[in-house]
Amino acid sequence: MEQLLLLLIFLPLVGAVVTAFTGSAAKHVALVSAILSLALTLITVCNFTPDASTQFAVNYPWIQDLGINFHAGIDGISMITVLLTNVLVPIIILSAYQHDYKNSNAFFALILFMQFGLLLVFTAMDAFLFYIGWEAALIPIYFICAIWGGKDRIRVNMKFFVYTIAGSLFMLLGIIYLYLQNPAHNFDIQAFYNLNLDSVQQSWIFWAFFIAFAIKMPVFPFHTWQPDTYTEAPTPGTMLLSGIMLKMGIYGVIRWLLPVAPEGVQQWGNVAVILSIIGVVYASIIAFTQKDAKRLVAYSSIAHVGLISAGIFALNTQGMQGAMVQMLSHGINVVGLFFVLDIIARRMKTNKIAELGGIAKQAPQLAIAFLIIVLGTVALPGTNGFIGEFLLLIGVYQYKVWAGVFAGLSIIFGAVYMFRMYQNIMLGKTNDLTIGFTDIKGSEKVVLYVICALIIVLGVYPKPILHLSEASVQQLIEQVTQKLTSVN
Amino acid sequence: MNIIITITVTALVVLYAGLFKAKKALLPLTLIGLLTSLAFVVTSWNTNQTYYGMMQMDNFALAFAGITILGTLFIFLLTQNYFAEHSENIAEYFTLILFALAGIVIMVSYKNMSMLFIGVEIMSVALYILAGIRKNNFASNEASLKYFLMGAFSTGFLLFGITLIYGATGSFDLDAINQYLVGNYKSISPLFYPGVILLMVGLCFKIGAAPFHFWTPDVYEGAPTLITAFMSTVVKTAGFAAFLRLFADTFAPLHDFWLPPLMVIVCLTLFIGNVTALFQKNFKRMLAYSSISHAGYLLFSLVALTASSANNVLVYAAAYTFASIIAFGVLILVKQKTGNDNFESFNGLGKRNPFAAFVLTIAMLSLAGIPLTAGFIGKYLMFLNVMHDYQFYLVAFAILNALVGFYYYFKVIVAMYFKEGAEIELETPVQYKVVLVLSLIITVFLGVYPSVILNLI
Repeated sequence: MEQLLLLLIFLPLVGAVVTAFTGSAAKHVALVSAILSLALTLITVCNFTPDASTQFAVNYPWIQDLGINFHAGIDGISMITVLLTNVLVPIIILSAYQHDYKNSNAFFALILFMQFGLLLVFTAMDAFLFYIGWEAALIPIYFICAIWGGKDRIRVNMKFFVYTIAGSLFMLLGIIYLYLQNPAHNFDIQAFYNLNLDSVQQSWIFWAFFIAFAIKMPVFPFHTWQPDTYTEAPTPGTMLLSGIMLKMGIYGVIRWLLPVAPEGVQQWGNVAVILSIIGVVYASIIAFTQKDAKRLVAYSSIAHVGLISAGIFALNTQGMQGAMVQMLSHGINVVGLFFVLDIIARRMKTNKIAELGGIAKQAPQLAIAFLIIVLGTVALPGTNGFIGEFLLLIGVYQYKVWAGVFAGLSIIFGAVYMFRMYQNIMLGKTNDLTIGFTDIKGSEKVVLYVICALIIVLGVYPKPILHLSEASVQQLIEQVTQKLTSVN
Repeated sequence: MNIIITITVTALVVLYAGLFKAKKALLPLTLIGLLTSLAFVVTSWNTNQTYYGMMQMDNFALAFAGITILGTLFIFLLTQNYFAEHSENIAEYFTLILFALAGIVIMVSYKNMSMLFIGVEIMSVALYILAGIRKNNFASNEASLKYFLMGAFSTGFLLFGITLIYGATGSFDLDAINQYLVGNYKSISPLFYPGVILLMVGLCFKIGAAPFHFWTPDVYEGAPTLITAFMSTVVKTAGFAAFLRLFADTFAPLHDFWLPPLMVIVCLTLFIGNVTALFQKNFKRMLAYSSISHAGYLLFSLVALTASSANNVLVYAAAYTFASIIAFGVLILVKQKTGNDNFESFNGLGKRNPFAAFVLTIAMLSLAGIPLTAGFIGKYLMFLNVMHDYQFYLVAFAILNALVGFYYYFKVIVAMYFKEGAEIELETPVQYKVVLVLSLIITVFLGVYPSVILNLI
């Protein structure tokens, strides 16, 4: 079983190298690699026992003198994020099939390299390894967005890059501090969990980690890089950023921040919740006013992530479980949304809502798929978005009633701006521009059908997913509360 | 000792070969000499020989000698066709570089202050000439003169410091000085303190740390690119080894005394190096300023003296040396084609020369300190080193500076990949390919598996 995890992590890296050296067939090679990863993930899920233990663990000495080990494993929380990554990457690669990217071998190799970094982040049980993965995921996405992006890509991506790396360097400072506090002088996650830090130390650790994660998600007021970057990036880049990369931040909070610095969370968690809720409301309001559909989705993403973040810092099982499901759902939905917008942009050369309209008549299949995705995004019961947001709201409500109320408002807001966007783009009168719209075909169909199927299946029967992470989440919450009660 | 002898003999042989117009033999002869001395480095490992109390070939000295010789070897491999364009007398270049290298080996292995002085001088005199060797070029002459004047000053400081310390302790021997410090800790002669400060200033001149850095950009820009490469990598490494030998060992008992001025130097160096590099339009000048900022990071090893300080410097110096060699190598290729070394010359390089662009990208990522490259491990070790003393503010300050660093290192990446430019095709000679690939392998290998070098010293 050990080899399974190693294979899972390193297959994308091998795939990236192979892809880099193939010519025009790069996209096929990349797709094969991604599908193999998906198959391996499914095997992993089948062999996964949904209890709280860390499974498939590997632990090899790496840089022994510095106490760094290649220690990775999968528990319920990792399983969800690994699943998310390896389900979305093939979809994202397939969604890029219709585009003609220059140097496509480099493009697809970078996507696979990023997948490798993401899998490292989601399986690392060693803080140093986690950091390596964290940066290894950033470099490829920077190049993807800055080489194949829009007009203003250089400035926007530099901002994105420096923002994120600033956060991560301070996180590195926190990691080094924890390492020095650890009498065993290693980066092992269990050793970090067992550290006896006082509340002042924990406060510093909280901020060192929180800012890194908050920038990644992004939580208000660290979000200013996000709309520009999402808009300027090529669609697969946007999908990677919004679908998977922002989950690195959420995962980081759950895996590292909460258990390592519970007192810090207790002390500053309300600040985090308030910032998250402000982000939810603020992003929703701005989303209303957007004229560009891609920007609108970008802001809606800030709102959704704000809710997830609030749910985590509420520190209860419902909120956390909601976050787990919603990570998966949001990933699928947002990738779907960006793909639909990409289809429209490729045909119409614009994403301006005002210039579009009446596409449904020309492209009934697209209209149905788009509708399902929008319904999933606004969390209609029976779609994948519902169960996650429902649990998150319960979690936030239990934490503070007012927080629940504001978070609930955002769902109503979300429904309004999402439906308005749908209405203005798909319904109404067909205009001169949209008259020539052709319906989806080929790989577009495959991608949208898969996404819609996932939305409905997860919405109707979310139990397996909830079941996967339940034990781990409960153990985590117990661990944190136990640590807190032993202090008080 | 055999290392110094080998290098010196090689230098003389090359000089005579030049006299007899055996141009084709110069490079092979040099390479054979350097490889032989590298072999001596390996065979002398762990022997820890001392030569009449003047030099000590301990593992510290051997490790730094190894890295400087290897760096010089790579630079020699890049000389193909390079010096021939500048001068008829290629043999002089070769000989002078080799003489400088002999001085460097003395600098990393001295056990006596007089040897430090001799080593520094042997190296410096050769470098003064090398900087000005393009005698018809105005910038080159300016570089040489500036370097000479500044170098003479710093030598003065160095010598004065040595004298004061001799006055206080009555000895040039490092061990004797150290014993004096330990033995008379309560009653150290007042002559000693200014001596330490003067030595610090003199050595800071040599490594180009602020505020003693003013010569660096002009000299680096004016000197022929390969000489700049040699000065900013090999020479700088040697300067640090000399610094470390003196301050991390001999003067260690006085750490509390020289730490405050050192901190000022570190912060100034980081700030001035990074911020000025940000505004450069010329790639070579940017590298010069960035080399100042790297001196700042390297000095971290002296801020907190730990058992691994010396080794951390070795790792950082190795990372920095090989990444810089890549940068200068590609710069030479680009300059040969476009005629200037501004950032714009790199525009569109990624399309026509994916290999050169890729290698340079990795080098820049390493200099910026991105994980999975050697540069990250180097920076990480430096941060770890000062965190042992919980110097949070220093690390936070260094992080802010590192962020600035990303901007200017990425400038060239941006130019290569994201900007359209004249479609030039570089001619990459085989030797360049060998050097670039080897440096690339070292950079990535040390980034992924640094264990090989972590416990050398």
